[in-house]
Amino acid sequence: MQVPAPFDYDRASSVEEAVALLERHGAEARPIAGGHSLLPMMKLRLARPERLVDLNDLTELSYVRTEGEWIAVGAMTRHAQLAASDLLARHYPIFQDAERVIADPVVRNRGTVGGSLCQGDPAEDLCAVVAALGGQVVLRSSGGERVVAARDFYLGPYETVVAPAELVTEVRIPIRPGSGSAYEKVERRPGDWAIAAVGCFVTLAQGSVADCGIGLAAVGANGYCAPQAEAQLRGQPATEESFRAAAEAAAAGCRPQSDQRGPEDYKRDLVRELTRRALRRAAARAMAGGA
Amino acid sequence: MSTTAEVPVSPAGNPIGFGRMLRKEDQRFLRGQGNYLDDIKLPGMLHGAILRSPFAHARIVSIDTSAAEAHPKVKAVITGKILEGLKLAWMPTLSHDVQAVLATDKVRFQGQEVAFVVAEDRYSARDALELIQVEYDPLPPVVDARRALEEGAPVIRDDIEGKKDNHIFDWEAGDREATDRVFAGADVVVAQDMLYPRVHPAPMETCGSIAHMDRVTGQLTAWSTTQAPHAHRTLYALVAGLPEHKVRIISPDIGGGFGNKVGIYPGYVLAVVGSIVTGRPVKWVEDRSENLTSTSFARDYHMHGEIAASRDGKILGLRVKVLADHGAFNGTAQPTKFPAGFFHIFPGSYDLEAAHCQVTGVYTNKAPGGVAYACSFRVTEAVYLVERMVDVLADELGMDPAELRRRNLLRPEQFPYTNKTGWVYDSGNYAHTLEVALEKAGYSELRRRQEEGRARWRAAGGSPENPGAGGQHLMGIGISFFTEGVGAGPKKHMDILGLGMADGCELRVHPTGKAQLRLSVQTQGQGHETTFAQIVAHELGIPPEDVEVIHGDTDNTPFGLGTYGSRSTPVSGAAAAVVSRKVRDKARIIAAAALECSPDDLEWELGRWQVKGDPDKVKTIQEIAMLSHGTLELPEGVEGHLDASVVYDPPNLTYPYGAYICVVDVDPATGRVQVERFIAVDDCGPRINPMIVEGQVHGGLADGVGMALMEAIQFDSSGNCVSGSLMDYLLPTSLDCPSWELGETVTPSPHHPLGAKGVGESATVGSPPAVVNAVIDALEPFGVRHADMPLTPAQVWLAIRGRPLRTDIVE
Ligand SMILES: Cc1cc2nc3c(=O)[nH]c(=O)nc-3n(C[C@H](O)[C@H](O)[C@H](O)COP(=O)(O)OP(=O)(O)OC[C@H]3O[C@@H](n4cnc5c(N)ncnc54)[C@H](O)[C@@H]3O)c2cc1C
Repeated sequence: MQVPAPFDYDRASSVEEAVALLERHGAEARPIAGGHSLLPMMKLRLARPERLVDLNDLTELSYVRTEGEWIAVGAMTRHAQLAASDLLARHYPIFQDAERVIADPVVRNRGTVGGSLCQGDPAEDLCAVVAALGGQVVLRSSGGERVVAARDFYLGPYETVVAPAELVTEVRIPIRPGSGSAYEKVERRPGDWAIAAVGCFVTLAQGSVADCGIGLAAVGANGYCAPQAEAQLRGQPATEESFRAAAEAAAAGCRPQSDQRGPEDYKRDLVRELTRRALRRAAARAMAGGA
Repeated sequence: MSTTAEVPVSPAGNPIGFGRMLRKEDQRFLRGQGNYLDDIKLPGMLHGAILRSPFAHARIVSIDTSAAEAHPKVKAVITGKILEGLKLAWMPTLSHDVQAVLATDKVRFQGQEVAFVVAEDRYSARDALELIQVEYDPLPPVVDARRALEEGAPVIRDDIEGKKDNHIFDWEAGDREATDRVFAGADVVVAQDMLYPRVHPAPMETCGSIAHMDRVTGQLTAWSTTQAPHAHRTLYALVAGLPEHKVRIISPDIGGGFGNKVGIYPGYVLAVVGSIVTGRPVKWVEDRSENLTSTSFARDYHMHGEIAASRDGKILGLRVKVLADHGAFNGTAQPTKFPAGFFHIFPGSYDLEAAHCQVTGVYTNKAPGGVAYACSFRVTEAVYLVERMVDVLADELGMDPAELRRRNLLRPEQFPYTNKTGWVYDSGNYAHTLEVALEKAGYSELRRRQEEGRARWRAAGGSPENPGAGGQHLMGIGISFFTEGVGAGPKKHMDILGLGMADGCELRVHPTGKAQLRLSVQTQGQGHETTFAQIVAHELGIPPEDVEVIHGDTDNTPFGLGTYGSRSTPVSGAAAAVVSRKVRDKARIIAAAALECSPDDLEWELGRWQVKGDPDKVKTIQEIAMLSHGTLELPEGVEGHLDASVVYDPPNLTYPYGAYICVVDVDPATGRVQVERFIAVDDCGPRINPMIVEGQVHGGLADGVGMALMEAIQFDSSGNCVSGSLMDYLLPTSLDCPSWELGETVTPSPHHPLGAKGVGESATVGSPPAVVNAVIDALEPFGVRHADMPLTPAQVWLAIRGRPLRTDIVE
């Protein structure tokens, strides 16, 4: 049994209470959602919060619904709920693609969207998905609410713009009728974190890419995205050749590091390969009637 | 002897003898009612935690424990200094070396034990570790085994008087000159370097112990995760100078061992010391990272193989040089005379003219242990070596690897066969088993489909420059044919720390005909409570549900060396059969007395003695049991009751074998490998419980896929273990495993009373080369001849590009 350092514990019953608790206890208090990132770090004593504010009673933050032009996902929505959501499946099959390869059923039953984004692990799949889709993150503190573009949410590995007494309450994705999306990941073994992963959406007009978004995980991409590749692809015909060029740009624009999962050049090559595969599948889905 | 033969069925529906039956132990396991070490809670029990070294190699300057001692819940803090005073700072290993219980002078691997805290609860013990201040003076570490013997390499074991280098042993087997002669005259000689990386048994339950030294009786009771309770008892007596008759070791339910629980770890000794110091029971259970980084690893063999053959594919000789990384202390668990275990079974299943191996063991700044892990004492490394070399030769000759094996397998008439390194293989019909496997796989059809796939890949533009062309995958087919020597072993050749490897066994048949069988071996999930009851049923006709198998408690079982190296059925299984036969013989005398005839007039029918030609005059074994305890007058010199005991000293090892075929799918663009099919045809002689045998094979195959594709304990150049969690040390899951396709052939062992051969490790031994051969076969279009395990996506991608990595050290 791995034993964390001593800590105190509160269970919040509303977002207001959670924010108030975090505010009262200062920087050494941390919210806990699914706990699948925070608890392992605590057990290894890499994280030593003095107080946990448990968000698991905040069912008000557990939903996937449309709000006007957006799909809104509550921060406490579990991976398993994302995987099961018809609404997401209809608009963005990328979520199901990704959820199928995130961890294992035990983790997916507990881990949350909010936790995934706030953890900001360089290999976090949902970060790449939300970045690809140009989502927004809604934050709440005692001072009120603010909205940050997903791509501006990260300051670096494991670092986000979330202030000490601030909670992420929602993630929003713009609805894009007719779009297609897909997620491609290579891992050492099912359930493992990505060696590299690429997610994307495209919308097509007269056989050309009208709009697109490309997200990358585990390869050191700023904000988990590939803006050069997107710029390269927009307005181009939806052909293998264009995908190849975009893939080259994505591979050139990221900064993978050599580690146990593989050397830098391998990871870059994976970005190249997976970007093409993801774009191909997304375009096929868009052509098949889109989302 | 066929395993499908009809046997009578007991009232509970179980076979009275060999056959499929559900495991008796599963009733409690499936209900969550097993009793594992950590389930045991004793009144007044304290908890221990170990402070471990963050450095691979460093001198200890000072240790300050005062703050930890001041922790309100801490009862004792023990350091190497304190142990030195008790003469307990060092303990003997299973390989005639010593290992530090707690470091006194230096730390020699990352994770080494430095101090022990005993506290009222586990949380406080762990918290108090952080209050201990240790000042280290870091030393340069020896991480690369290949540089351990270099001039000027830091000397790890300066505790050994006069030690000036990191050399442990040189050992050889076979005939060097004859081998050199064969090589000099051969048409074809191919060489290949290969690493069998360090892997870890990683049992689901980690290691631990609860020690209770009773100050009133002077009795030490230790509940320990041990595969070998009797060996542990003797070791405690030797380590701590405790009187052996006052030491009792209890091995409760064990959540997997795989060799990880053969030896004694410092934590076990520390629990004893903790109990001696505090007078209370002390529990110590390691966490997952401690298990992975400090307890017995396996393999870590750097091998250079050479194979000699004629142009038409007759294998003539094998020559091997091995550099064996044993870590910081030589803690390998294996018979004394065999410092490289049974590695010299490397000539494998083939009819060669000569073979020779030379093994050099070295110290490095890594965790000690070695050999543990479902390897039949390094048969795993041997089988990997020879089965890879045969494929390397097939590649060189441009010959189908099945055909090359066919031409070289030992023939049935050659058995019993003395191989070129001295092993006497008991029985085998290898070609038949290979054909059964090839047939089951549909081998020629597979080859045809592989060719089609390669043609599609080429048509899509596939080439070494464009491996991922058209998204085409490549199929690979790998074969391995293995022979193991298991069931250690004949006492005159095999001992551990001087303890001969024979097993005791006792059988008591109670008055009502229900029996208790006492074993020295200890199950860790192998199903002993069922298999051994079936052996008694087979011999005596007592239904298996009426036979209670008792094991794991040294006060209640006879002496023996425990369960590892697939030895339970070959040694204790034989003992159970022999002891049952002894009871049967005695039952005959008693039946004769009751039937008022001569024992010679009786014949045995399963479960009864009856008068020849007069089946009405009969006594069942149950009736005989009652009679033996009753008032019946017995012949002169015959004692009452119905029980017996034996010590079984096996005349030879048993030699199970098998033919495995693996089919993989490789995505050359990403390097991902998927095992599509796995055909495993095992010959372990008659199968006592085929279901349990299949379970053992299933587990071993999964294990082999893990080793081939993902498992490795790796170090960075500073000696930090980078595989210390299950996020980094990957184990296979069901998603990595195809639906196994099993087959069997049955060639009994001539010397085992049941004809049975061990099977516990067959699949772990046999499957890794099949998987690797399959992946390398898939990469044939790129001219790849070898790449070291684990064949991760990155390793495959690199192999395709002609630059596979070393997999022992990561930068
Ligand atoms: C074995 C295993 C395998 C995994 N594999 C993958 C994988 O392949 N891909 C992948 O993407 N992920 C993987 N994960 C991570 C998993 O998805 C986590 O659940 C997720 O990263 C974190 O979500 P959580 O709800 O568990 O967050 P927690 O662990 O509860 O929290 C994570 C961090 O976010 C903070 N936080 C949580 N919620 C909020 C909020 N609403 N507002 C502000 N801060 C908040 C916490 O304080 C903490 O710092 C794996 C995890 C495990 C254990």
